Amino acid sequence: MDLNGDDLSGDGLSGDDPVVAVGGCTQFTPPAGVRQVRAPAGIVAYEPAEMTVRVRAGTVVAELAEALAAHGQMAALDPAVPDAATVGGVLAAGESGLRRLRYGPVRDTLLEARFVSAEGRMVKAGGPVVKNVSGFDLCRLLVGSRGTLGVLAEVVVRLQPRPAVSRWLMGAADPFAVRRRLYRPSSVLWDGEITWVLLEGHPSDVSAEASALGRGFVDAVGPPPRPPHRWSMRPSALPALAASASAGLDGAFVAEVGVGTVHRDRPQPVRPVDPLHERVRALFDPGRRFAAA
Amino acid sequence: MDERLAADLVAVLDKRRVRVESLELALYARDASVIEGRAGVVVFPNSTDEVQAVVRVARAHGVPIVPRGSGTGLAGGSVPLDGAVVIVTTHMDRILEIDEEERVAWVQPGVLNLDLSRAVAHLGLHFAPDPSSQQSCTIGGNVANNSGGPHCLAYGVTSAHVLAVEVVLPDGSLTMLGGLDPDPPGYDLRGAFVGSEGTMGIATRIAVRLTPLPPAVRTMLADFPTVEGAAAAVSGIIAAGILPAALEMMDAEITRAVEAYVHAGFPTDAAAVLLVEVDGLPDGVDAATVQIDEVCRDHGARHVRVAADLAERALLWKGRKSAFGAIARIAPNYYLHDAVVPRTRLVEVLTKVYEIAERHSLVMMNVFHAGDGNLHPLIVFDRRVEGVMERVHAAGTEIIEACVAAGGVLSGEHGIGLEKRDFMHLIFSPDDLDAQARLREAFDPNGTCNPQKVLPAGARCGDLQRIPEGAWI
Ligand SMILES: Cc1cc2nc3c(=O)[nH]c(=O)nc-3n(C[C@H](O)[C@H](O)[C@H](O)COP(=O)(O)OP(=O)(O)OC[C@H]3O[C@@H](n4cnc5c(N)ncnc54)[C@H](O)[C@@H]3O)c2cc1C
Repeated sequence: MDLNGDDLSGDGLSGDDPVVAVGGCTQFTPPAGVRQVRAPAGIVAYEPAEMTVRVRAGTVVAELAEALAAHGQMAALDPAVPDAATVGGVLAAGESGLRRLRYGPVRDTLLEARFVSAEGRMVKAGGPVVKNVSGFDLCRLLVGSRGTLGVLAEVVVRLQPRPAVSRWLMGAADPFAVRRRLYRPSSVLWDGEITWVLLEGHPSDVSAEASALGRGFVDAVGPPPRPPHRWSMRPSALPALAASASAGLDGAFVAEVGVGTVHRDRPQPVRPVDPLHERVRALFDPGRRFAAA
Repeated sequence: MDERLAADLVAVLDKRRVRVESLELALYARDASVIEGRAGVVVFPNSTDEVQAVVRVARAHGVPIVPRGSGTGLAGGSVPLDGAVVIVTTHMDRILEIDEEERVAWVQPGVLNLDLSRAVAHLGLHFAPDPSSQQSCTIGGNVANNSGGPHCLAYGVTSAHVLAVEVVLPDGSLTMLGGLDPDPPGYDLRGAFVGSEGTMGIATRIAVRLTPLPPAVRTMLADFPTVEGAAAAVSGIIAAGILPAALEMMDAEITRAVEAYVHAGFPTDAAAVLLVEVDGLPDGVDAATVQIDEVCRDHGARHVRVAADLAERALLWKGRKSAFGAIARIAPNYYLHDAVVPRTRLVEVLTKVYEIAERHSLVMMNVFHAGDGNLHPLIVFDRRVEGVMERVHAAGTEIIEACVAAGGVLSGEHGIGLEKRDFMHLIFSPDDLDAQARLREAFDPNGTCNPQKVLPAGARCGDLQRIPEGAWI
């Protein structure tokens, strides 16, 4: 069922039965037999001179991107499947895109969130402006919370100017040296042999940086295909990956150099967390209404 | 003063670092705001272990704790109430590790903001958040207040530069929030802790991101005959798709005060000036410089001066950053406000703010982070004048209300502390406040860590706080 799209009252979540918030379902399969809730869709307010947009959480990312591109702007939401992923889904999953090296993690884009709490109340976190320290930062808490603290209904996100030029290059080179040589590349990817680089900005700066990369680099159509699972590793742990991969130990990977996200063919083992995380969850959802996604 | 408490604290630190003299207690009873509280004991731990020990002793005595860095906060965040134990981090001032390749530094909380940037400058790196108080504020304070600065427009505020925080929780236990990997498991409690104003524990070690110094920088000073023109140029620059590294505005009063103080060549007959900086790769910087020049002239700028060299650039920034020093020469007291409005409403809100000051016969100046709509109306006064504090506070309240009415928020960088706690209901409903109180409760179930700050009384059901003596004086 849908949340009440017009007044965002949260009434759609009254009651105390278990629910699961779903977006485009590009990141997970909702558990069977649990009531699904979907956020409404659509852009509520977009003022380009503000460089922010207010959007219903169920809006498909590609639709938002198109509206923003018409004004030379973009949101740093780069999901793998933009035609299906929703804005709320990307934020709840907390997965940053390939350009994180330049534009930062997805958690830094959320300025305000309206979410429905486990009690079925509409709650506002943050505010609509680009700088805000009024109260505790619940927005950061919501990003990556996978629907376990509340259901995102409407959000305000920070926008960026679109770069004049975006250019992917590839070549066989030490990705760490490449990253050191360039000033703020948008992405440096590496599969253990080949390095991909995304340069963005003013056309002549991009050309200059591209030629500084050397003759070993050629234009690429885009980033390489990535294995499906994301690992979160210290950026300094990446060089060791190549050694184990070439010894045939570790399978294929595409690493985001300087970031530490590694795309691999099997999931990262579950890592333990401090009991504090469970205390937060229990305070926001004492009855465990929200299924963990 | 509680002598048994002091004796137990001396047992875990030493006599020199547990202060109960009235001079010390008075010094640590306030921060850089006009709010005054009452400290019970002031302690100066040297290590994480000592912080834990202090927290446990205070807890055993049922006395609240207040974390404190340099005390430059402007919202009363580190002002102790009811004889709390003030835990000062200034002795914990070591840079523990600098990883040039990973561009990360581990620091103790008492490291001064500018000291870190100085320590890594030879590597071509810096710590991007640059509050005007950067010579004296601590990184622990920056983390607690999620502080900003002129260059946070493009680089992001403190939260974007903190990777991990080791925290002594209010029960004395130790935890690590965040990590050096991009997506640590669980909730982003690192993000929740940043900006928690000392209410969720004490940061004892912090991993911060270091940012490369830009290869090209251009600093411009645009001089406007009207405040409206300058404010409209701000929106114009953003609307043109430029996100400058910094975009600051100073009105006529403050420009004259600064010029008299630093002699940087600021135009003393301008109604407002914009200080704009762009950085990055050289051609992009040149293109943006030309565009900004055009936008400013389109909005009536008389001159747009581009700093010729490093020295001129440094001088322009010195002017901006010494605004507060300049004011000290004009009147003995000032009250600095901090609120954010949508940047497209700057002109309208500024007009209102000037009207409010005039109605209360107060001298008001504006020097602020225009690029992100972060207003800093500054009221200068002499508190010895009878009845002036009432007018200062009445004007302050009206300014906040005007910002909120324009769709803005209470604070962009100074925080809520005690100063704005009772305004929180202007922008948050009881349900919104209750959600924030739950987060705090997860960290501090007994409410012993910097109590009575940020959230108004009764934010969480059954939570009855007293209005502290002396707040909002
Ligand atoms: C002249 C002047 C200019 C300023 N300019 C700016 C500016 O441009 N931008 C800006 O954002 N701010 C500015 N400020 C405000 C202030 O400098 C910042 O908020 C600063 O980050 C506070 O640091 P501090 O070390 O002085 O912290 P304090 O004032 O000592 O404490 C601030 C808050 O942090 C908490 N705290 C301190 N250390 C810790 C710790 N280790 N763990 C947990 N909590 C802790 C305290 O409890 C308190 O709530 C300015 C202040 C002045 C006086």
